[in-house]
Amino acid sequence: MENNLLFRPGHTACAGCGQATAARMVIEAAGASTIVVNNTGCLEVFSTKYPDTAWGVPWIHSLFENSAAVASGVEAALRYLGKKDTVNVIAQGGDGGTADIGLQALSGMLERGHDILYVCYDNEAYMNTGVQRSSLTPFATNTTTSPVGKDSSGNIRLKKPLPEIANAHGIPYVATSSAAFPQDIQRKVKKAVSIKGPKYIQIHVPCPLGWHHQPQLAQQVGKLAVETGLYPLIEYENGNLISVRKIQPKPVEEYLKTQGRFKHLLNNPEQVKIIQEIANNNIERYGLSAEGGTSSGGKLEMAAA
Amino acid sequence: MREFVEGSQAIAEIVKLCRPGVISAYPITPQTHIVEALAQMVADGELSCQFVNVESEHSAASVVLGASATGVRAFTATSSQGLLYMAEVLFNISGLRLPLVMTCANRAISAPINIWNDQQDSISLRDSGWVQLYAENNQEAVDFHLMAYRIAEDKSIMLPVMVCMDGFILTHGMEPVDMPEQEKVDKFLPPYKPLYKLDPANPLTMGLLADPDYYLETRFAIQETFKDLLKFIPKVNEEFKNHFGRDYKDGLVEEYYVKDAEKVIVAMGSVCGTIKQVVDGLRAKGKKVGLLKIISYRPFPYARVYEILKDVPRVAVLDKAVSLGGYAPVAVEVKAAFCGKKKAPKVISSFIAGLGGRDITLESIKEVFAKLTQREINLEFIDLKPELIKEEYGE
Repeated sequence: MENNLLFRPGHTACAGCGQATAARMVIEAAGASTIVVNNTGCLEVFSTKYPDTAWGVPWIHSLFENSAAVASGVEAALRYLGKKDTVNVIAQGGDGGTADIGLQALSGMLERGHDILYVCYDNEAYMNTGVQRSSLTPFATNTTTSPVGKDSSGNIRLKKPLPEIANAHGIPYVATSSAAFPQDIQRKVKKAVSIKGPKYIQIHVPCPLGWHHQPQLAQQVGKLAVETGLYPLIEYENGNLISVRKIQPKPVEEYLKTQGRFKHLLNNPEQVKIIQEIANNNIERYGLSAEGGTSSGGKLEMAAA
Repeated sequence: MREFVEGSQAIAEIVKLCRPGVISAYPITPQTHIVEALAQMVADGELSCQFVNVESEHSAASVVLGASATGVRAFTATSSQGLLYMAEVLFNISGLRLPLVMTCANRAISAPINIWNDQQDSISLRDSGWVQLYAENNQEAVDFHLMAYRIAEDKSIMLPVMVCMDGFILTHGMEPVDMPEQEKVDKFLPPYKPLYKLDPANPLTMGLLADPDYYLETRFAIQETFKDLLKFIPKVNEEFKNHFGRDYKDGLVEEYYVKDAEKVIVAMGSVCGTIKQVVDGLRAKGKKVGLLKIISYRPFPYARVYEILKDVPRVAVLDKAVSLGGYAPVAVEVKAAFCGKKKAPKVISSFIAGLGGRDITLESIKEVFAKLTQREINLEFIDLKPELIKEEYGE
């Protein structure tokens, strides 16, 4: 086993965990001269169960909601020590720790202009506590606290537009990415850490247990979220949309039918229609559709701001 | 140098002399003057430090946690609701063994909302793993902050310290304070050298998940350190005396006319000044009364309290906080000091006073001494207004 890996194997993540893949991509792109501050959540639990650690970089976990604030203190200390220019600071957490309980700390960190990259691993529910609904849970998703029933077809709200909220802080860099596109993660993280100031990257990370799909399908499921337009991969620099991953949009059913959390929708065309509208809105808003009918094949194309 | 200053300004000055690298705080009355003064020092270039203005006390505590974990001396201050909002982080800081120092400008807890002084805020955090020192006056508050860093950062301790000073009474009170010189402070308090820190040159993982196989020992270790503190705090006070001349004896308690006393009040914080005045007056009339001031509430010096009070016939404990539904917070500790022991006062009565800033006057203290009879009183509220009770709760 190589000990110089920054995120080592042997941790206890579930098979097919998108967060484990994404976290490794992030830290490998950021490099060894990085301090990581982690919210409570799956990643923290499966990577640092005493006396083991998967981390080859300095890493600290404090609480569920305060990684952005702890990272602010780390960054302030590095500034005091005159070391900020040589050390990256990454704060990271899941969608609940970021979009719900940690939103205030995140907003404070972004507003104060700290030189920190915040990474949100978005698996679209509180997976560590058993698949409860968060504000990043998609519309009509079946979770344990937005269950499907006689009077319910799952989560009644749309995903909170967190990348847009981060962007509204006037920060230099905001991007979304996906565990199904590892090179996209790495390119964006490398870019982010090269920029001074607060940065926000939100990464879609499939969760076989919470989404109810086979572990070996994680990559396909993640890809379909992007290819249907339900999870647009976008990049803002200084408030301007500078690039999007172009897609040949697939119908949302192709994504929905891969996961048990959407199973109840397959005989509910009204709900599927709403979800298709969500995808269509994304496609229109961000200009996702590839022209000329050829697949983008993962190639990044620049879109007009 | 002797100055006539507001308590908050004095705290800001001593904190500056302690050379923190990171300060983070959020405004709350009556703590604000402390961090305002520190912010001004940074703005004026007198203090080389990162001052982080945060969006909440939760983040203020989290910022200093992060700074301390990165190996830098840090400071925060708060009061009341702010302290409660920090609660989760405060437990985390002690669990991570980070040697932070904070000021708690003691204030009542809502509801009803009340900005005035009592000690309910810090008392409610007594189990958080922070050392708690209570100051009687601003000189003590200044000196305790300096000693707090020495205590917290010692390799044998590595626990955070909260210096509690009564809101408004001390924070906004003007008193003469002997402010130590920078050179002497630097000799007493060398630069912070962390045992562990977040550093890419030596990657460490902090804040791991400890399952039932490991968690228990972490709490045991902190409890052991609190036992050690009962010896270490006196050692630091001895050093302090040698450096600065002021003598707080063991730094855990202060005895005031206790030796031959028949009646002793036990209390914490600024009310001890009022009690001393009453004791002086009664002593002048030949009454054998005294005061036992508790400085260190955590760790609580049970053995010292036992030794000092074991032959005193009557003891009254005056609490400025309540443990609703239980014995009063200081009273319960004083009673515990005698549990199962051979000797004990015949009477340990418990009184509550001054909640939400109700003045504790000389008359209030005299009433406590007067009520300290052969009959033990448990949890009597002093200075209640009968007409208000009648209005709110009927006959």
